[in-house]
Amino acid sequence: MSSPGPAAARLSEDARTRRRHAADRRFRLYGLSAVVLALLALVALLGSIAFNGLSAFRHHQLELEVTLDRETLGLPDGPVDVSDLRGANYMGVIRERLRALHPEVSSRKEKRALYGLVSSVAGFELQQLVLADPALLGRSVRVALPLSDESGRYLKGDISRETEESRRKLNDRQLDWIDAWRDQGFVQSAWNTRFLTGGDSREPEVAGLGGALLGSLWTLLVTLALSFPLGVAAAVHLEEFAPRSRVTDFLEVNINNLAAVPSIVYGLLGLAVFLNFMGLPRSAPVVGGLVLALMTLPTIIIAARAALRAVPPSIREAALAVGASPLQVVVHHVLPLALPGILTGTIIGMARALGETAPLLMIGMVAFIADPPSGPLSPATALPVQIYLWAESPERAFQELTFGAILVLVAFLLVMNAVAIILRNRSEKSW
Amino acid sequence: MQADLGIDEDEEKEPVALAKVSARSLSVYYGDKQALFDVDLDIHANQVTSLIGPSGCGKSTFLRCVNRMNDVIEGCRVEGSIRMDGHEIHAPEVDVVSLRRRVGMVFQNPNPFPKSIFENVAYGPRIHGLSRTRSDLEELVVSSLERAGLFDEVKDRLGEPGTSLSGGQQQRLCIARAIAVGPEVILMDEPCSALDPIATARIEELIDELRATYAIVVVTHSMQQAARISQRTGFFHLGVLVEEGETSKIFTNPEDARTQDYITGRFG
Ligand SMILES: Nc1ncnc2c1ncn2[C@@H]1O[C@H](COP(=O)(O)OP(=O)(O)OP(=O)(O)O)[C@@H](O)[C@H]1O
Ligand SMILES: [Mg+2]
Repeated sequence: MSSPGPAAARLSEDARTRRRHAADRRFRLYGLSAVVLALLALVALLGSIAFNGLSAFRHHQLELEVTLDRETLGLPDGPVDVSDLRGANYMGVIRERLRALHPEVSSRKEKRALYGLVSSVAGFELQQLVLADPALLGRSVRVALPLSDESGRYLKGDISRETEESRRKLNDRQLDWIDAWRDQGFVQSAWNTRFLTGGDSREPEVAGLGGALLGSLWTLLVTLALSFPLGVAAAVHLEEFAPRSRVTDFLEVNINNLAAVPSIVYGLLGLAVFLNFMGLPRSAPVVGGLVLALMTLPTIIIAARAALRAVPPSIREAALAVGASPLQVVVHHVLPLALPGILTGTIIGMARALGETAPLLMIGMVAFIADPPSGPLSPATALPVQIYLWAESPERAFQELTFGAILVLVAFLLVMNAVAIILRNRSEKSW
Repeated sequence: MQADLGIDEDEEKEPVALAKVSARSLSVYYGDKQALFDVDLDIHANQVTSLIGPSGCGKSTFLRCVNRMNDVIEGCRVEGSIRMDGHEIHAPEVDVVSLRRRVGMVFQNPNPFPKSIFENVAYGPRIHGLSRTRSDLEELVVSSLERAGLFDEVKDRLGEPGTSLSGGQQQRLCIARAIAVGPEVILMDEPCSALDPIATARIEELIDELRATYAIVVVTHSMQQAARISQRTGFFHLGVLVEEGETSKIFTNPEDARTQDYITGRFG
């Protein structure tokens, strides 16, 4: 069908091509709006977490000069030993200082309100100071004391004076005191290092992620140490050595199925096998690591097999033809080429394991544990479980900590995924 | 993979003393499908033997039998005998790794390792422990590259990846890699199929030089090439070795009508 006519006429748009172009533009618009929507959702999510959680990284402290008076501390004159120092009445010292600040406070009720502005574990700070340097006894020291969670929320602006007095935990009198401290320069704002390094606590103002971070670290170390070598060995065997048979087909189907099994099932398995049958310690990172290793294994095997399969067969033939043994072919040629792909899969598997909560709940890593774990056998929690625990806590101040912990978790996941992407790009070089 | 070793009785066919490699009653199956039927073929030292025939007739299959590369293909079964210097290569005491050291192979598409040019050539000698010192190894690499006619082009960039070379250079690198381990037989599967006429001429020259040292088998689709470089030629058709003999005779006066048809371009 060739209609003769001037070339210009054939090159200009007719109604049909115009319609096609319009459809083309519409389609691109749909795609673009989908991308924009997804981005907006992501920004909203991260934005709200950051908005709620960033304040957890800073806190307010009450900086006071206190006198470590032996009598107030309840210590006898003369030499004292460590257990005396541990048991001394440090809160008494702080309370005395607060009374000195506000001599007008006299009734028991008012005193209690005044003392309540400072954290109930503020004495611990003093205890640490004195234990580190007993020579401080009897002298005056400047210390930064943690404020109670509600005082902290007021100072951060979470509680407003405008709210009806009966509907907030701090009464007008208490707010006046805090304002006075702030005006006199006693209140200091500082980085909340305890949030990242300290152990968990019932008191939100001193609760930290340190224990959960260490717990996650131990758990992931166990997971990596088990699932990486096992996964790579299994993938190499299936891909390079095992002849195709019913058995390998069966294995392949099962590995793919295992990768899709909900993680809580692995938790139940861990509970039944590792805790009840093998008698491993409850709440320990080893067990968490074992369970997560089982969960990660299929992911790593699948990724490693794909990476091995992507190595061109001509490389294997070339190596075999110069007389390399099958093992040398794999170790010298195939594995190095597949390694970036294997590592990408491993990191993605580990990132998933890091964010996994349900199986850890099943094996008791959800207990309240104040001391950071000293090793893979001591009780611990993990980051996502800590988030779950804090989210469940009634104190309002834990909400801020929850979001802060989510920020930390998301930061770790972003770093891990970025490393995976960098590795993947590196592996896309041609051969 | 199963070797039929009970073949020794019917060796009355031809004296094999002179042949470097001799295949007798060689049949190859891929699963149920037979790819080679009862092939008898001799490969002589210091000669180039070319294998010709239409696509899919079993030339590569035959070649891969000689260094037992068919071992790694799943479902591939080889029957019959191949003797190298009178020793059966399928015998249980034969180690495939040392067999492949003695029988080098150059593939249809150049397949250098994604490593440096130096490492490509040094890999074989290294795994076989052919050179004690680093300078021995360097010497061996240089001499192999020289013999493959590549050294002058790459002597300033031995550290660059082998994959950065041109196709013809890569093919010569693969030849250097094959001769570095000191083989006795070199198998080449269409070594010039991916190359331009100049690179092809260069490799043909090289094959002719290498003939002084090795027994060479070349699979080719070019009648002219077979006529130019080889002393003996075998013609395969549908898995059968139809005719085998001196190249001049095959190309001027073939016995079989199928050979005649093929070399005159009537089919294939
Ligand atoms: N790995 C394999 N699995 C199954 N069948 C195969 C395999 N390799 C080759 N074959 C079959 O064996 C027969 C001979 O193949 P071969 O590769 O030896 O042919 P060829 O003569 O080298 O052909 P070409 O000139 O196209 O390279 C073909 O019919 C092919 O389909
Ligand atoms: Mg072929």
